[in-house]
Amino acid sequence: MKILVAVKRVIDYNVQIRVKEDGTGVVTDNVKMSTNPPDDNAIEEAVKIKEAGKATEVVAVTVGEEKAQETVRKALAVGADRGIHVKVDGILEPLAVSKILQKIVDKEKPDLVFMGKQAIDDDCNQTGQMLSALLNWPQATFASKIDVKDNKLEVTREIDEGLETIEINVPAIVTCDLRLNEPRYASLPNIMKAKKKPIEEIAASDLGVDVSPRLEQLKVEEPPKRKAGIKVANVAELIQKLKNEAKVI
Amino acid sequence: MAVLLIAEHNNKELRPFTLNAATAASQIDSDVHAVIIGQNSADAAKQLSELPVVKKVLSVEGAHYENFTAENFAPVIVKLAENYSHIVCSANTFGKNLMPRIAAHLDTSQVSDIIKVISPDTFLRPIYAGNAFATIKSNDAKKCITIRPTSFDPCESKGGSAPIEKVDASEEFSNTKFIKREEIKSDRPELGTARIVVSGGRGMQSGDNFKLITEIADKLGAAIGASRAAVDAGYISNDHQVGQTGKVVVPDLYIAVGISGAIQHLAGMKESKVIVAINKDGEAPIFSVADYGLEADLFEALPQFMEELNKLNTIQK
Repeated sequence: MKILVAVKRVIDYNVQIRVKEDGTGVVTDNVKMSTNPPDDNAIEEAVKIKEAGKATEVVAVTVGEEKAQETVRKALAVGADRGIHVKVDGILEPLAVSKILQKIVDKEKPDLVFMGKQAIDDDCNQTGQMLSALLNWPQATFASKIDVKDNKLEVTREIDEGLETIEINVPAIVTCDLRLNEPRYASLPNIMKAKKKPIEEIAASDLGVDVSPRLEQLKVEEPPKRKAGIKVANVAELIQKLKNEAKVI
Repeated sequence: MAVLLIAEHNNKELRPFTLNAATAASQIDSDVHAVIIGQNSADAAKQLSELPVVKKVLSVEGAHYENFTAENFAPVIVKLAENYSHIVCSANTFGKNLMPRIAAHLDTSQVSDIIKVISPDTFLRPIYAGNAFATIKSNDAKKCITIRPTSFDPCESKGGSAPIEKVDASEEFSNTKFIKREEIKSDRPELGTARIVVSGGRGMQSGDNFKLITEIADKLGAAIGASRAAVDAGYISNDHQVGQTGKVVVPDLYIAVGISGAIQHLAGMKESKVIVAINKDGEAPIFSVADYGLEADLFEALPQFMEELNKLNTIQK
């Protein structure tokens, strides 16, 4: 079984983002960037499946500008075998990314495609489902547990009402929840070894995919600020405020 | 052209957020039709027809729709879509799972999780876990929109009498098989719709200590929430998680106990009407969004809180 894992470079989850004054987006210059957190879970799961002898190869792919390659290199350092970097500048919508990934799937013919359930920058939560629609493959979104059984996967999904378990036939798409596993850190020797692993570079323009945007981002602004609250001295005062001032209890 | 609302239900009745999505749909265009796909879902279809904002109900029945599998739902909606300008549903796990599959088939760039309809083609949506708001204009001929349910009021549920039209089922998608659903049953109000939420964080120190929160929640008729740290530490099950990767809640009162207030948690609760923070670390970021902050050891404060509540003659429910 061959697993393709898609990873995205985003602003690090610990960074408090700042909106640009001209309203065109958020500040990304000199801001720490990292792999989208649930994409780390996707890589970890693929590597674990390979370590358990149930997969033969793990290929990490990213779509984005020059520096996006860092995310592939990191995936190689935690156990992916080789990488693919589809180079394209500017912001891509999930629809465009899923069309590019479809081309990579056509070329690589993986049995499984893993990725995070959502990117923490645009919070769209679309790419995995869109790719699965384009390929007409089954989709297991928000996965918190994956059991590989021959040519099937049993996947537990995090849904609003609790947990759902489905069985999907390979080939299939899985989007990963943060609870799926605990991603490992790359050891220094593995980081050194990863430098020697191959990363194939492909220009998005060579894939024959229309990636032109369909959406216009007219404005990005800060959310309205909450008015400053007060500190209360003790529980009695708190209850009194909630009862008589806020009138919520 | 009219707007097509995708109803969420459990085959017996509508799920509550369908009413919020109906409100959003009606803000895009007054001509709202609603599709309900299920198995033996006639009662839920009737409920849908009674929503005054819904002008027509399309009902699709089939055994393979019993468990709401996106791979089975999407082809039906894609086929219906030719008659509609917009497809709308809630951005909960039902809609998040389903809508992108529809959008890709329609070659449409979906607009996810909107919190406001500015015009039929322009919407406001949070990005970066709610730390910025983006105004997005869609230039696609057909628009696929998911709405953040807590940002729209539920529509009226009675008084309408829309006609119910049967629509043919599509073929079954055989590569996905439903096995089971484990719903967490509780007598408490649902976290997503509760008027009051009491949440605990890592400061609770153990699952047992959550009984201090449970007591207060019982007294107030509140739902119980938790931070990701508390869930990851195994104090409480993950269906209680509030935040970017959990649920977004907008109660009248949110009480955060022993929660430091990581960005991811704030994203899930900072639109609450009144926020209370109880934390022994006076510098904790949670205090920056709290209307009432109490700097105290929660193991002293919570029993006192319960005591004070018991002294009150009346408590709003």
